Amino acid sequence: MKMNRMLLLSALAAVSLVAADKINGAGASFPAPIYYKWAHDYQAQTGVQVNYQSIGSGGGIKQIEARTVDFGASDEPLEAKRLGESKLLQFPAVVGAICLAYNLPELEGKEVKLSNAVVEEIFLGTITKWNDPKIAADNAGVALPDKTITIAYRSDGSGTTWNFTYWLDKMGKTWHEKVGLGKTVQWPVGIGGKGNEGVTNMIKQTPGSIGYIETAYAAKNNLPMATLQSAEGTWVKATTENIMAAAANAKWKGEEGFYQILASQPGKTTYPIVAATFILLPQEKAAENKEVSKFFTFAFEKGAAEAEKLGYIPLPKPTVEAIEAYLKTNGAK
Amino acid sequence: MKHFNIGDFIFGNLARLMSISVLVILVSIFYVLYDHAKLAIDKLGFKFIFDTNWAPNVEQFGAFPAIYGTLSSTSIAMVLATPIALGIAIFLSEIVRGGIKTLIGTMIELLAAIPSIVYGMWGLFFFVPVIQALTHSSGIGTLTASVILAIMIIPFTAAVSRDAMDTTPDILKESAYALGATKWDVIKDVVIPFAKVGIIGSIILSLGRALGETMAVTFVMGNATRMPSSILEPATSIPVILANEFSEADGDLYYSSLFFLALILFVLSFGVIAVAKFVFLRKVRKNG
Repeated sequence: MKMNRMLLLSALAAVSLVAADKINGAGASFPAPIYYKWAHDYQAQTGVQVNYQSIGSGGGIKQIEARTVDFGASDEPLEAKRLGESKLLQFPAVVGAICLAYNLPELEGKEVKLSNAVVEEIFLGTITKWNDPKIAADNAGVALPDKTITIAYRSDGSGTTWNFTYWLDKMGKTWHEKVGLGKTVQWPVGIGGKGNEGVTNMIKQTPGSIGYIETAYAAKNNLPMATLQSAEGTWVKATTENIMAAAANAKWKGEEGFYQILASQPGKTTYPIVAATFILLPQEKAAENKEVSKFFTFAFEKGAAEAEKLGYIPLPKPTVEAIEAYLKTNGAK
Repeated sequence: MKHFNIGDFIFGNLARLMSISVLVILVSIFYVLYDHAKLAIDKLGFKFIFDTNWAPNVEQFGAFPAIYGTLSSTSIAMVLATPIALGIAIFLSEIVRGGIKTLIGTMIELLAAIPSIVYGMWGLFFFVPVIQALTHSSGIGTLTASVILAIMIIPFTAAVSRDAMDTTPDILKESAYALGATKWDVIKDVVIPFAKVGIIGSIILSLGRALGETMAVTFVMGNATRMPSSILEPATSIPVILANEFSEADGDLYYSSLFFLALILFVLSFGVIAVAKFVFLRKVRKNG
């Protein structure tokens, strides 16, 4: 009997010890692969376990507002007003880019250039064929086939959709009037797939299709990505440098919780559809926040290479310094 | 003489309690759905059911494309599946004997046990290209979803109908043969009338499954929340919208609208099955 009680007590002690060495986070699915990788490396080095549940940005915001997790994650940044109301701190963790991937095997790897106006018309359904003169005008020397364009989009509510439609909404007047921006919008044409994987599969499956996905998914599946127009009208490809330029050119402000949309940032070589994903912390929990910020400091300092390997773009150095200063002034570091 | 038995008393009441729990669960599901949908019901009312626009980003919620998609894919699936399933049931029950009967019977039961997501994945990678080649469309839409749904419900209808047919007493069939009936006569005039209740029950069971099917449909139906112009066009259904959008539904009206959709599906399934049960089964019982 006494033996049993001893066992029970030590088991309880072990459980509470583990609990102290645990950080719980929940939210956006887009950065989940890199958070898992960072968590794995962090546990190997420090023994602290970081549990991340990939439940979607909306869920992450709800859970951190209810204070059921140590940190929340969202692809859509919260504005300063909402941060104040919910007493939250916010900072970006990693950057990703959205590309327009397409399935046109007959081009044999030749890249297609799509101007802002053409992208808008394709997604509105007013350009329906790949050999439309408006597309051909920017693609001299590319034999565009007489094929119907099939749009692939996200069927689930998604931060990726929010960022992509933000860009469409900003540069396209008709899009702004007819559709607008949001995590779920009413697409005038096309088919929906669930998650980045779902859209990627739709593109792979459907000859003549085009869809918006994270660049990492296009690279992994060898899908060609369209060359797009920067905010200044020059042609840009989704390369690491061009994507990083968006984060470097952005004017991050700590006092606004780093609220910043990275789509259409200035610069001749800046890729237009870039998005940061954000971390949310409860203002009042200083001790827990210190544990969480230790994890992200580790990620910023030692996890950049891992992020790039998985197709994300690490934050530029000045941004990381600004975040660390922000966390310090708010007692989270 | 009737004497009180404590065991009977306990068992009887326990059984009663369990059957009451079914009612409690049903009512509480309805209540929760209604309670969460109340905001949307008050704000949107009947307009919700007939509005064809579903654009959550501008707070426009119309359920008609989803209701239409649910009903159209389910009815096409039922029309495709029922004759095939009954053919299988007749074949297994009346035409083959021995090893083949057991083999095919077991395979049908295995098909019924496959999780729906597997049908969805198989449909996307195998069936969509077939429909693409046959119809020169994207291959994703109501037709493909209906075919996958039909394949999913065939084993249900077939297995239960076969069991019902198997219960036909041999003496009835033998009497018919003795009177000079052919095999077809026996199937048509003895086996099917005898098993009618079971066959219709199996069809109702399949109907319920098809109405609420989510995972397989979301893979192949196209998830398009607008009115399709043909069955080759992408469309959506109520459970598909719920599965896709619930986790990211922020905004009270959006959240409530999704519950309103769920309530509609609940009432729709309940209504369809109730009508099927009361109209068909009552008729059959009267005539039989």
